[in-house]
Amino acid sequence: MEILQAGDRVRYANGGTALTGTYITERDGMAVIKLDNGYNIGTSPEKVELAERAAPQSPAGAGVVVQNPDLPELSIVSTGGTIASRVDYRTGAVTSQFSASDILRAIPELGSIARYRDRQIASILSENMRPALWQELARAAYAEIRHGTSGVIVTHGTDTMASSAAAVRFMLKTPVPVIFVGSQRSADRPSSDNAMNTLCSAAVAAGDLGEVAVVMHATTNDDRCAIHRATRVRKMHTSRRDAFQSMGMAPLGHVDYPSLSVTLSDEAVRRGTGEPELRDALEERCGLLHFYPGMPSSILDAFEGYAGLVLSGTGLGHVATEWIPKLREMIEDGTTVVMTSQCLHGRVCDRVYNTGRDLLSIGVVEGEDMLPEVALVKLMWVLGNERDTERAGVLMQTDLAGEIRRRSI
Amino acid sequence: MDYTELGLKAGIEIHQQLDTAEKLFCRCPTLLRDTAERTGEFYRYLRATESELGEIDRAAEEEMKLVRKFCYYTYDTVCLVEHDEEPPTPMNPEALEVCLTIAKMLGMTPAEQVHTMRKLVIDGSNTSGFQRTALVALSGALPDGCRIETICLEEEAAQRVEDETFSLDRLGIPLVEITTAPCMHTPEAVQEVAAHIGMVLRSTGRVKRGLGTIRQDINVSIRGGARVEIKGVQELDLIAEVVRREVERQVALLAIRDELRERGARVDHTVVDVTALFSGTASSILKKAKSVLAIRLSGFAGLVGREIQPGRRLGSEMSDYAKKCGVGGIFHTDELPAYGVTAEEVARLREFVGAREEDCVVIVAAGRERAGCAAEQVMIRAEMALSGVPEETRKMLEEGSSAYMRPLPGAARMYPETDVFPLDISEALWESIAVPELLTDRAERFVREFGLDEALARQVAFSERLPTFEKAVAAGVRPTIAARTLLATCRELARGGVAVGQVSEDEILALLSAVEAGRAAKEAIPDLLTELARTVGAVAGTPRERVDTAIGKMAPAVSQADVESIVRRIVAEREEFAREKGMGALGPLMGIVMQELRGSVDGKVVSESLRRELKHLLS
Repeated sequence: MEILQAGDRVRYANGGTALTGTYITERDGMAVIKLDNGYNIGTSPEKVELAERAAPQSPAGAGVVVQNPDLPELSIVSTGGTIASRVDYRTGAVTSQFSASDILRAIPELGSIARYRDRQIASILSENMRPALWQELARAAYAEIRHGTSGVIVTHGTDTMASSAAAVRFMLKTPVPVIFVGSQRSADRPSSDNAMNTLCSAAVAAGDLGEVAVVMHATTNDDRCAIHRATRVRKMHTSRRDAFQSMGMAPLGHVDYPSLSVTLSDEAVRRGTGEPELRDALEERCGLLHFYPGMPSSILDAFEGYAGLVLSGTGLGHVATEWIPKLREMIEDGTTVVMTSQCLHGRVCDRVYNTGRDLLSIGVVEGEDMLPEVALVKLMWVLGNERDTERAGVLMQTDLAGEIRRRSI
Repeated sequence: MDYTELGLKAGIEIHQQLDTAEKLFCRCPTLLRDTAERTGEFYRYLRATESELGEIDRAAEEEMKLVRKFCYYTYDTVCLVEHDEEPPTPMNPEALEVCLTIAKMLGMTPAEQVHTMRKLVIDGSNTSGFQRTALVALSGALPDGCRIETICLEEEAAQRVEDETFSLDRLGIPLVEITTAPCMHTPEAVQEVAAHIGMVLRSTGRVKRGLGTIRQDINVSIRGGARVEIKGVQELDLIAEVVRREVERQVALLAIRDELRERGARVDHTVVDVTALFSGTASSILKKAKSVLAIRLSGFAGLVGREIQPGRRLGSEMSDYAKKCGVGGIFHTDELPAYGVTAEEVARLREFVGAREEDCVVIVAAGRERAGCAAEQVMIRAEMALSGVPEETRKMLEEGSSAYMRPLPGAARMYPETDVFPLDISEALWESIAVPELLTDRAERFVREFGLDEALARQVAFSERLPTFEKAVAAGVRPTIAARTLLATCRELARGGVAVGQVSEDEILALLSAVEAGRAAKEAIPDLLTELARTVGAVAGTPRERVDTAIGKMAPAVSQADVESIVRRIVAEREEFAREKGMGALGPLMGIVMQELRGSVDGKVVSESLRRELKHLLS
């Protein structure tokens, strides 16, 4: 029997009825056929026979989109987050689009904001991100800035976008906007938030901001995007469009849609502040541990030899009293231990209760109001650049990139 | 009309909501809400996605002509899935079971594996921009040899409140879509098939009832015409008329085409700006428009205004196309002077665009962009008139005519719903599906087993109260009492303004059991139902307690001795009358006694007692 290929015309019988359709694939022991009415159905592969071999597909959607040379140039750096996709209705496959031309075809309004260069550094799901890729991302953004781009748009899967944005923020000093953007609802759906988020991010990237930020839906409405500081943003919902929230501060501004007018707060760093600078060293031997009641201290053995450990502690910043001896050992062996809170809102204070005081006395560093993930990324960067643990501890408590708020409000 | 001669081919798609506890892809109840109960609103834009071939589905593209903002009403019975803010749950197994039941009743073969698809719908009625739908079974039979092609299980769309505002309560209610082959050849056959399928659906006892819960789309074509789908026919009785009118329309459009060709008609593709001509017009529409554009249709005079369906002209079709650009409509010289446009203005217009007597001039008035778009649409529709009947999706208007909605969707609008896993329909599952008795068979059985007359039996079988009837009969209530109470009595009371619909099924069952047990007479049923309806929410208690309270109030129990003493007294008071009429006095006296007893005693008991008393008197 001939091996069927996607796109082949096939015949098969369902009950007594002869059907024709297009062969899609074989999955979990079932042949998937697209019937001529557009529906897919699954059937036993042995019932399916070839009617006509698929004609070779002509290369899809060719054609380069002409861009307006009078507009500023922006760089799109893609990591795998889908901001544009295309559906093959013949087979039902949805493919991600990364080239500037493909993105412009999918979201033509982008063409009236800027010209675009594209650079793809990865094509991964964001849970597969890792520090080495953060470094590549920072280098790519730096190279684009050096090249003279007016702004950088980084497309990213939303799961770990906040960590990547924070990492780039610590490694890169930028006078132009570096905007992370993603979409919560798949790009193939007409309701996707991809187009609006991308348009808003382009508006910010071409605008007056001068720092690393995340631009995503501000509400469930298609009315505005919020601009979040890279070191104070967190994904706070699994699926909603407005999952990204600024924590412990108001967003840096917003973009109205569809007007794309950008409003920045006084706090937002403006374009042209400082010179581009890249310090891309990271100490990857750092960990983050979420404490739970009853968690055995032996878990700490897994972090033996680590240069740094962020604890996501309870309340004001606690772990069980019985952890103290083991933590002391680790700190004595040179591990920097930073305390943050799993409350996410509020500041760590280990001076109120005994456990906290004990933690301080053995050398645990209070992580102020830093988000646990941000503290981890920062610790990697600090330890990558500062070998002295005492000075590293001081740096951890110093606001380097907007990650620590001077006051809690 | 000779439909065979015309080569009529018609098929139907029936959409029926299922009465499941939860929606198809989330756990919300399948409850319709009053828009006043909404807990919030939000809005979104939809955009068509480019397909692999760089094509956007033509129906979707048409909807995209206007960049539209859609507003959605939400409720406390709606969740993030309807908001398109959360992935769907697995397919509701209850809905699948009902769908398989219907498939089995229609003699269909299930798919071995069911795949949920996303069907692009960007008219705003689905927050996601697509409708989830799955083909469940194929190829069924209908009594007259017609064939059912497919049955699909899909999500109901959101209900349009007005314009671009939708209500999310209906979105996601499970729906079966049954598609027949184009195997019907007369308008009446279409209606009969729809009636039959409707009966099969109701036989499951698991479909929603009432207005809007079942909708028919009708596909019609004639030889030389084109396939046209008319959506949203809700009344069964209108189906044949819709088909007749569509045939009429296609015949008329073909005649117009022939005449246009004979005249050598053509569409002049230059749009003339005539705004200045109407600067002093009395027509408020033309006067306030920023831009008035004219299109000359050579050789179209008289045909644009020709009626093609009751209340519809070729001009109405052009107007429908133009409306897609957001204009209110069009004017054409076949209907002018009118609407404040004078004969002089028409003459000037004709002269300005160089129209001859045999030409028709169409004008559109709106903002510059919209008017330009509308003019383009008018030319497109006029071109179509030269080639006959366009393939279209249309919506039914009152009385059975129809208006253009959008082009027929292409095949390029479905792709897999990757968030829902395929489902295997195992043989064991298929075997386990029980086929319910058809309502028609059930009606026959009621005649046979319960001695109901045919009309009443059919009425009971097709009634929404069938389940209550069956429960009552199972509880030992006489079928005739149950049937009359549930149909005749309840209907009469409702007509008289009694909120009998508020009385719960359990209370009705308790009431019927009380009558059957002799605790109340069947004559007291209307009073008792009225009392139960009146005290809903006011008098607490179990159904049995509430029924007993009502009996105590409306028809206190009367002992056999009481009955006899009352009968004796009444006969004694009317002794003369009784002696005069003999046994003929039974009827009139019966009325007097029953009135006194206010229906607390079964009429049969009273009549026996009265008969005995009369016999005694007369002997």
